[in-house]
Amino acid sequence: MTDAIRFILNGEEISLGGFGPTETLLDYLRLKRRLTGTKEGCAEGDCGACTVLVGRLVEGLLRYETVNACIRFLGSLHGTHVVTVEHLAAKDGTLHPVQQAMVDQHGSQCGFCTPGFVMSLYGLWLSNDAPSRAEIESALQGNLCRCTGYEPIIKAAEQVGAERPSSLFDPLERDRSEIAARLWDIRAHPETIVVTRDGARSIVPASMAALAEIIAAEPKATIVAGSTDVGLWVTKQMRLLDPIVFIGHLTELQSVTVDDRGITIGAGVTYAQALETLSDELPPMAKLLDRLGGGQVRNMGTIGGNIANGSPIGDMPPPLIALGATLTLRSHSGTRTMPLEDYFRAYGKQDRMAGEFVEKVFVPRLRDDAYFAVHKISKRRDEDISALCGAFHLVLDAEGRVEDARIAFGGMAATPKRARHVEDALVGQVWSWGLVAAVRDLFEDDYQPLTDWRATAEYRMLTAKNLLTRVFLETAGAPVELRRFEMEEV
Amino acid sequence: MDNSTFEQKPTITGAMHVSLRHDSAHKHVTGTAEYIDDIREPADTLHAALGMADRAHAEILSLDLDAVRAAAGVVWVITAEDIPGFNDVAATGRHDEPLLAEKEVQFHGQPIFAVIAETRDQARRAARLAKVEYRDLPHWTDIDGAIANGAPLVVQPMTLTRGEPDTEIDKAAHRLQGRMVIGGQEHFYLESHIALAIPGEDDDVTVWSSTQHPSEVQHMVAHVLGVANNAVTVNIRRMGGGFGGKETQGNQFAALAAVAAKKLGRAVKFRPDRDEDMSVTGKRHDFRVDYDVAFDDEGRIHAVDSTYAARCGYSADLSGPVTDRALFHADSSYFYPHVHLTSQPLKTHTVSNTAFRGFGGPQGMLGAERIIEEIAYAVGKDPLEIRKLNFYGQQGSGRTLTPYHQEVEDNVIARIVEELEASSDYQARRQAILAFNEESPVIRKGIALTPVKFGISFTMTAYNQAGALVHIYQDGSIHLNHGGTEMGQGLYVKVAQVVADAFNVDIERVKITATTTEKVPNTSATAASSGSDLNGMAAYDAARQIKERLIDFAMRQFEVARDEVEFLPNQVRVGKDIVPFDTLVRAAYYDRVQLSAAGFYKTPDIHWDREAGRGRPFYYYAYGAAVSEVSIDTLTGEYLVDRTDILHDVGKSLNPAIDIGQIEGGFVQGMGWLTTEELWWDDKGRLRTHAPSTYKIPLASDRPKVFNVKLAEWSQNAEPTIGRSKAVGEPPFMLAISVLEAISMAVASVADYRVCPRLDAPATPERVLMAVERMKDL
Repeated sequence: MTDAIRFILNGEEISLGGFGPTETLLDYLRLKRRLTGTKEGCAEGDCGACTVLVGRLVEGLLRYETVNACIRFLGSLHGTHVVTVEHLAAKDGTLHPVQQAMVDQHGSQCGFCTPGFVMSLYGLWLSNDAPSRAEIESALQGNLCRCTGYEPIIKAAEQVGAERPSSLFDPLERDRSEIAARLWDIRAHPETIVVTRDGARSIVPASMAALAEIIAAEPKATIVAGSTDVGLWVTKQMRLLDPIVFIGHLTELQSVTVDDRGITIGAGVTYAQALETLSDELPPMAKLLDRLGGGQVRNMGTIGGNIANGSPIGDMPPPLIALGATLTLRSHSGTRTMPLEDYFRAYGKQDRMAGEFVEKVFVPRLRDDAYFAVHKISKRRDEDISALCGAFHLVLDAEGRVEDARIAFGGMAATPKRARHVEDALVGQVWSWGLVAAVRDLFEDDYQPLTDWRATAEYRMLTAKNLLTRVFLETAGAPVELRRFEMEEV
Repeated sequence: MDNSTFEQKPTITGAMHVSLRHDSAHKHVTGTAEYIDDIREPADTLHAALGMADRAHAEILSLDLDAVRAAAGVVWVITAEDIPGFNDVAATGRHDEPLLAEKEVQFHGQPIFAVIAETRDQARRAARLAKVEYRDLPHWTDIDGAIANGAPLVVQPMTLTRGEPDTEIDKAAHRLQGRMVIGGQEHFYLESHIALAIPGEDDDVTVWSSTQHPSEVQHMVAHVLGVANNAVTVNIRRMGGGFGGKETQGNQFAALAAVAAKKLGRAVKFRPDRDEDMSVTGKRHDFRVDYDVAFDDEGRIHAVDSTYAARCGYSADLSGPVTDRALFHADSSYFYPHVHLTSQPLKTHTVSNTAFRGFGGPQGMLGAERIIEEIAYAVGKDPLEIRKLNFYGQQGSGRTLTPYHQEVEDNVIARIVEELEASSDYQARRQAILAFNEESPVIRKGIALTPVKFGISFTMTAYNQAGALVHIYQDGSIHLNHGGTEMGQGLYVKVAQVVADAFNVDIERVKITATTTEKVPNTSATAASSGSDLNGMAAYDAARQIKERLIDFAMRQFEVARDEVEFLPNQVRVGKDIVPFDTLVRAAYYDRVQLSAAGFYKTPDIHWDREAGRGRPFYYYAYGAAVSEVSIDTLTGEYLVDRTDILHDVGKSLNPAIDIGQIEGGFVQGMGWLTTEELWWDDKGRLRTHAPSTYKIPLASDRPKVFNVKLAEWSQNAEPTIGRSKAVGEPPFMLAISVLEAISMAVASVADYRVCPRLDAPATPERVLMAVERMKDL
């Protein structure tokens, strides 16, 4: 066991101990390192002014991802390469092409959001040779600009996509193999790390088995993968958490496997990683994921975390429940598997016992003849929390009767919940306009939604009913969807 | 002074009328542009956090701060009784805004005390430990509640009258009444408020404040400390956005930091968290517009009678001039033969609302555009036809007098609309949309072309003045300072262009410096779109004075006539000789020529009598128009903006690239106001949308999919403004009304365009769906 984490910051390898479990990367950069190019705009992962890149080894390859430094705890950085805006320009002051494009296109006005945009554009530039407008917009979903109206920033992304210099220019391309080797070295002999400050501990388990032991011994520990939710407990509610057990580095929790039976997603798989598999396997899920958070949140947040926290407005549970997913919990004494819908007992209450953690979720293969759709409704199209999110999974028999119906909603009840009354009324009946018109009001028996700042109860209920109507129209082949781009890419 | 005929001088860099990048662009993209939170702090700097009320309206029975004082790192806790001067930060002089609440709290989140601690984290944690006992008093947070409770007005209302509205409103063929509810808006500057106060000797204190109005911060800090204005220096190099939100709202943070810094003899930094910032700073005013309009069979307006009620919050702040400006724009671009307009600035138990880009003008215009829609649906015509029918006329038409009795003398709206209608292919696209809607059951489209006419000048005549300070050093390098502040709008580079142009030297020679009350005193807020009009002229005046002295020197020294001295690019021709600019400057120094000048400017020809409702409040108008096309989903109320075309008038642009940026940015910000940005208070009077997780400003993917923005290149200001340019900060914001109206048309299609959908703002997906449902029921 050691008492310091190791990571690389720009060009410098750092061994860091003596920090508190809730200390953020942003405060470390700004206050301790005086790297003030990275800004605090909201301290909740919604504005992107604090965007930095974090490089990590995923399946053996060094992968750089944009993250929000404001809600990223230091303890999660072991074995990573943190890259800030200060690392981009050449030593002689020559701007990186991404920066130069922003200057050329008048992409900054007040300039406060600009370093964050530069980093998001940089992340895109590293991973995509010729991004489309849709891909550029996706990459910028987590960055707010209040001055420019975004047009010049989009143009900057297009300019830099068109002018790719030699890789020697770029610090990350140039140093890629060296950095990868150093990260390998850091992770070569994993040991559990416990960093302590004023008695409060950050625990970085060496393995999943070590995690199980730690959780068994520390029933009050907070388990943190991406900290896209827990981060706000700290920055907004000022909660003191001790200990925090970090799991984002555990490769055992990060695999996505596809076989004849279905898809198994480890609890530590980020939305962004899941998106890569799901865009082929379950396109409606991929479309949903593209509207979940911004790129930074998708790079941090995990499918497991979105389930484990039990939020009634998490976007993963409704489609997973509709697909008949099962959840596996692990403790040091073994595993336990249940239908996902059974995990959500009541508001804030999940079927997870002390010492257990979410290990994986299994999604059964969708039948070829099944219909599956998921519709997210939010005030703003992208990077918004759902007012409601409805998932529909229907199987019709040869006569056009509903053989099986699984419908689940988020935002309509205190937990993600199936619409049993509607399902029961559909099953056995001929899938028709008349059937839909007859059963849509049964949502009122399934749900009593709330009114809040995202929507009124009336709107939620009406829209839930209308989504069933949409599902019918879609199965009938009618054009019912707003499309920002002709070929909606994700 | 002839400033109307600057010539293009292509051989220097950064002349006027040339597209130039923002002066800080390089620093922005490398993260080296310094904002106040990035300034290296003096040793032992302390940090502040607010203790905020958790009642909307209550008497404070007791305040127990023992736990706060005992918390780790806490050095001091400031309450109202600790204020050495006046416990008051009212910008209006009305003394209705205590810095810290004493006996009564009037909105949820009102500051009651401030904690000063060794670290920001410690201050924030300690601020939560207070025990406050309250006795609740009745509260109301919105306009309906204020009216139902007989709420007082925060300032005297204004009335504008022309013609005989009372009798004429019955005399036209048609008359209708309606109501429009218009939501407020959070500024959401990316950099929250911040102040860093550094104590000096005697009464002195220096404050770095993220403010659009350094002079007011200076005066407020002095007022709160009980010292003379000359003891306080306020500096600001750049803000991370302002939009009006940093005109008066920074006073509280600067004053608290200064009080603590003076008391403790240590530097104090006050950077509120985003949630605190959104809870304790004012926003755009919500309005409720009740309109009564009379019109003929064609749709020509005969008389209008409207009341503009506003949610002002608990104090006056800028609500007087904001509601005034709403009335000044309640005509939009239209001539009302008979008109009566009244404002109703209502007190509510919410944070005091304040300036925000457009300053009431957008709400005023939106009411007018609703009236146009109402008439259009009533007479069965395209709203654009009704607009054209009602535009102000050219001089001599008898249709040029505004409700405030100012003649519209520089009207170009008809030309702008005509050109945009053609370039955007409006008519054909509208026909295609009507056809599309007939065939499309779920997705509907709409298109709208709306005009902008925006009056330029502070309606408080005294604010229309500015100062600048220009030095030339012995090496020929130029130091530029003026009273305007840089919040991203490109003011600094524009004024630097004016100075470079005046001396005919490369702009690289002109050093842009931070705004400070030490160099230019008694400045006005950088607001009302006036930054380059006022400061550009003041800087020109300073440059002109030095240039005159250089010419006099050259004539004297080289015995040449005045017309033999000519400023060439980076050189000066003196008789037959051509000397480098810096050589002439150095020679002038040795001849003891003063190479420094303070410039000054005041806008001519404006006056305003609020009591009488008459005058010439505006020096000129800026014009523009936009066409937006949208698609809506009639099952969910969601929508997309498919295309927007804009033609906008900035006169002869000082910097076309910067101006285009203002237009695009202003439009998207306006679109946010009218679509997804919704402020939501709960029944306890708590603002629940106080961070970007709950308050949704537009993203890149919300901007129009096709976005064509052009300047009216033929335009130049009819008045002799700097380079014949026009103000650009606020006017484009209102181009976004085209989006709301396009959504409205798409909604109207559900009832075959028979009735006006009366879509209120913001048109969230929920409001759109509910409007669709109303159409279905018809």
